[in-house]
Amino acid sequence: MLKSFRGGVHPNDHKSYTCNKSIEVAPLPSKVVIPTRQHIGAPCSPIVQKGDMVKKGQVIAKNDAFVSSNVHASISGKVVDVAEYPHAVFGKCLSIVIENDGLDQWVEGIPVQRDWQKFNADELRAIIREAGIVGMGGATFPVHVKLAPPKDKKIDTFILNAAECEPYLTADHRAMLEYADRIVTGVKIVMKLLGVNIGYVGIEENKPDAISAMTKAFSGTGVKVVGLPTKYPQGAEKMLIKVLTDREVPSGALPMEVGVVVQNVGTVIAINDAVVNGIPLIQRVTTVSGGAVKEPKNLLVRVGTTFEDAIGYCGGIAKTPEKIISGGPMMGFAQSNVNVPIIKGSSGILVLGKDEVNSGKESACIRCGKCVDACPMGLIPSMLSILGERNLYQEAKEDFNLLDCVECGSCVYGCPAKRNIVQYVRYCKAQNAAQAANAKK
Amino acid sequence: MSEIKVNNDLLTVSTSPHIRSEESISKIMWTVSLALAPAAIFGVYNFGIPALTTIVVGILAAVASEYFVQKLRGKEITINDGSAFLTGLLLAMCLPPELPFYMTAVGSFIAVAISKHSMGGLGHNIFNPAHIGRAAIMVSWPVAMTTWTKMTTSVDVVTSATPLNILKQQGYAKLLETFGGTTELYTSLFIGTRNGSVGETSTILLLIGGIFLIYKRYINWQVPVFMIGTVALLTWIFGPAGLFTGDPVFHMMAGGLVIGAFFMATDMVTIPITRKGQIIFAVGAGALTALIRLKGGYPEGVCYSILLMNAVTPLIDRLCPPVKFGVRR
Repeated sequence: MLKSFRGGVHPNDHKSYTCNKSIEVAPLPSKVVIPTRQHIGAPCSPIVQKGDMVKKGQVIAKNDAFVSSNVHASISGKVVDVAEYPHAVFGKCLSIVIENDGLDQWVEGIPVQRDWQKFNADELRAIIREAGIVGMGGATFPVHVKLAPPKDKKIDTFILNAAECEPYLTADHRAMLEYADRIVTGVKIVMKLLGVNIGYVGIEENKPDAISAMTKAFSGTGVKVVGLPTKYPQGAEKMLIKVLTDREVPSGALPMEVGVVVQNVGTVIAINDAVVNGIPLIQRVTTVSGGAVKEPKNLLVRVGTTFEDAIGYCGGIAKTPEKIISGGPMMGFAQSNVNVPIIKGSSGILVLGKDEVNSGKESACIRCGKCVDACPMGLIPSMLSILGERNLYQEAKEDFNLLDCVECGSCVYGCPAKRNIVQYVRYCKAQNAAQAANAKK
Repeated sequence: MSEIKVNNDLLTVSTSPHIRSEESISKIMWTVSLALAPAAIFGVYNFGIPALTTIVVGILAAVASEYFVQKLRGKEITINDGSAFLTGLLLAMCLPPELPFYMTAVGSFIAVAISKHSMGGLGHNIFNPAHIGRAAIMVSWPVAMTTWTKMTTSVDVVTSATPLNILKQQGYAKLLETFGGTTELYTSLFIGTRNGSVGETSTILLLIGGIFLIYKRYINWQVPVFMIGTVALLTWIFGPAGLFTGDPVFHMMAGGLVIGAFFMATDMVTIPITRKGQIIFAVGAGALTALIRLKGGYPEGVCYSILLMNAVTPLIDRLCPPVKFGVRR
């Protein structure tokens, strides 16, 4: 029996909406809105202009900075606008709108069929960088950066994060059942690139079919498929590493500090596609789910498809939604507008009814300690919320480890006083950052 | 494309997480009240109408105080969340059954209006409100607070004094004589057919309520176990006839220890927030209880020991933070 991590919560996973539904290829939208910033790091600049004709897979925005990620056209057609559009994470973002010409033509040179084994590590990194691959679990950190650890950090373990601990989401689950070969190749590519021999696939035990599919697919590769206790946030990098390797990533450090690199299921599929077929990251599997959507589905969609189109592919809404969320219900972003496009990191679109969000009215903390018990990082969330309420953000940082908070939301989930602890944490972090920026001036 | 369009204006936008558990303050308060019910009902059975009057007055006065204070302060009225109800009930259960009703009402008022609302309301009070109410009545009307009634279930041998009173004033031998032996003494303490405050007498019914709350995860088992354990250990060691001659079984069930350990020392608002801190709190409260019982002027010390430990709770919290992830390699 694996030793679990401290804290965590057990929300109803609501995965039955979509976990038995095969991935469906979504129809092509009439237009796509492709943000120039779909990653953490430097935003890209458009290299096409209004009126240009583009083809599927063509680079349309780029930035030469190392921590950045190319953006490609996801359909073929005409660039009809380059302007600010709503963005699921950043609010607004300079985006390129392409009108579908209905031809769905690839840019010259792809797809190809090639043997990944002939590439060396540097070539693989270059391919991945060129293909604009980012962490597809939602963090959207450029993958070529993550796969280029500094020389002094010895990496010995690769972990495929297949926990998918967010309720409702089943995109990775279905991908494991349907794209097993691509996942195995993707993992092999990453392990070769990193030069590691130890590999794990961590899957929560609420997906027994995925565990057996992966066990079968990885047999003989030396990669161990491990069933993990179903507990949120099992898929948080630090928790996953702790449970699988018993190593604790030090406060403020990255997984590479303990010799581990973690990638998500969608990401290794994209790596496989880029290396084997030369296809850049222009589509992904997204779960469209929730009680307010008519037919919840797992969709294979093009990047840039709007939420409205995606919800439309699922029969539209069944009742008035209270919230529309990009990502999972624990860490995703509530949207004010269904015209936001799906980006590389969009693991799900949730259309939730009023009965599902159950937010309740916030009241004073009664110090019940549920948040302390739930916090996987060993913090005192109640104090962070109280300090945030009083604008004491410095004390939160200095005395209560504000910056260690991963904003997983476990504390808020169980809070009987319905306190918006994560909101206070974000406020305190922002205030501290603003103060630090001021001090520099 | 979709048949029914999403109306953007109706969407709620807020920070994550977007789903919450069913937990709420009123659920906690009403559940704790429910857990106290069996012992309270037994109190009415044991002491008759006076006990019922005390409970009803205690609750009504507490709820009325909450209503008027909130009205006066222009705050939202929260009498439905059960917290004032619970405070009134807990206070009544820790009072002598025949206490004049106006004293009970004053106690409830002090508990809710002074102890809780003057500190800022629910969640902000430092001391356990019910125990502050009890302590206030104790210093104001000490005679009434130590006058014990005859019980309806009265057996002749059980006089109108509490077991701890007999022990304090007449000694252990007299206590055994009064009850007719250790078995009889333990049985009446366990079932609750003995004199004492309204709801503190029945060990078994309080245990059932307490275990129910542990099962519901509203209290941690460590608090009652460490508090009662500490009392048992110390009263056993420092017995009347030298070291290790005490009667821990008696002390565990006597007085208000069981209700105090399960329902007062576990009051979320006024105890440390980490498990380690809670254990320190419980051991401290247990040690003070034993000290007051064995060496103090009062026969019973649960109320004051918990209040004293409430006072050091912020300090304990500061000294016992949880272990942060990532400090151990």
